[in-house]
Amino acid sequence: MAVDMSMPILIVDDYKTMLRIIRNLLKQLGFENVDDASDGSSALQKLREKEYGLVISDWNMEPMTGLQLLREVRSDKSMQAVPFIMVTAESKKENVIAARQAGVNNYIVKPFNAATLKQKIASVLGNF
Amino acid sequence: MLSSRLADAAAEAGQPLSREQVAEIISEIVGTMEGDVTALDLKVYQELQSLAGYIEAARAEIASIRPTELRDEYISSATDELDAVVDATEEATGRILDAAEQIQTIAEDVAEPAQTKLIELVTGIFEASNFQDITGQRISKVVRALKHIESKIGVLVSALGEEVQRAREHAAESGGETAPAQSDKELLNGPQMPDNAIDQDEIDRLMASFD
Repeated sequence: MAVDMSMPILIVDDYKTMLRIIRNLLKQLGFENVDDASDGSSALQKLREKEYGLVISDWNMEPMTGLQLLREVRSDKSMQAVPFIMVTAESKKENVIAARQAGVNNYIVKPFNAATLKQKIASVLGNF
Repeated sequence: MLSSRLADAAAEAGQPLSREQVAEIISEIVGTMEGDVTALDLKVYQELQSLAGYIEAARAEIASIRPTELRDEYISSATDELDAVVDATEEATGRILDAAEQIQTIAEDVAEPAQTKLIELVTGIFEASNFQDITGQRISKVVRALKHIESKIGVLVSALGEEVQRAREHAAESGGETAPAQSDKELLNGPQMPDNAIDQDEIDRLMASFD
């Protein structure tokens, strides 16, 4: 099935600069319908208000981390199916395992490039 | 114990004690000691005495490196400098991204093959700007480590109490903390924190004031 390029995507990061980078890279990939949130709590609020086609989240945020956000998402029936990609500087094996166990669909380590972002999104949503 | 008893008795008498009075005090103290002093007791006593001497020497050594100064000046200054590095790089990255976004917008109206080339270059800028997040997180880790050290020094300072204060006063008296920066080397302080710096306009006015 073809990827809906107009689907809403939520990006979550406490660094404004990183939000801008991801937003711009998504734009270059053809995704223009992008919302953002600066921490897990506000992301959760947005996810309750709107149906997103993909969540791309940082891990290290306060007060709610990306991992906590992921667990909240997976435990809520209204949003538990949303594809979730973690984009983080946390590159230890135990981090990746914990995220996988919590239900993450893919995991990108910072710093990353546009090709990696495209590849991981394609692995979750299908080729576009 | 003996010396304090002798000093108290001399103060009470208002004059030096006689040999008989000293002997009486020693006899009283010896009378309070129960049982026999064994070789093991003496060994323990010697060890304790040695330990006390070691602790005293360590206290003096720690006081001499002036931990208060380390905490209040060097560590505090280092954390401020690192925070400034994060702020400055974030601001600079923001400006780079502003420019890249404008180029991206312009590229949308440019004919091929220039458009593709421009987009590739802008993508390279976005990718390279990742560094700001990574360096920011790394520096934040260093700042947290420094603040941890700062708090440990605080505990050390309060444990040492008067000794540290005396070392600080001694340093101040000898000019160690208040000496004006006069030599060329002392003038090399590197970039200043915004609060301590003067801007170009102020520098121009200052220069003009010498004319």
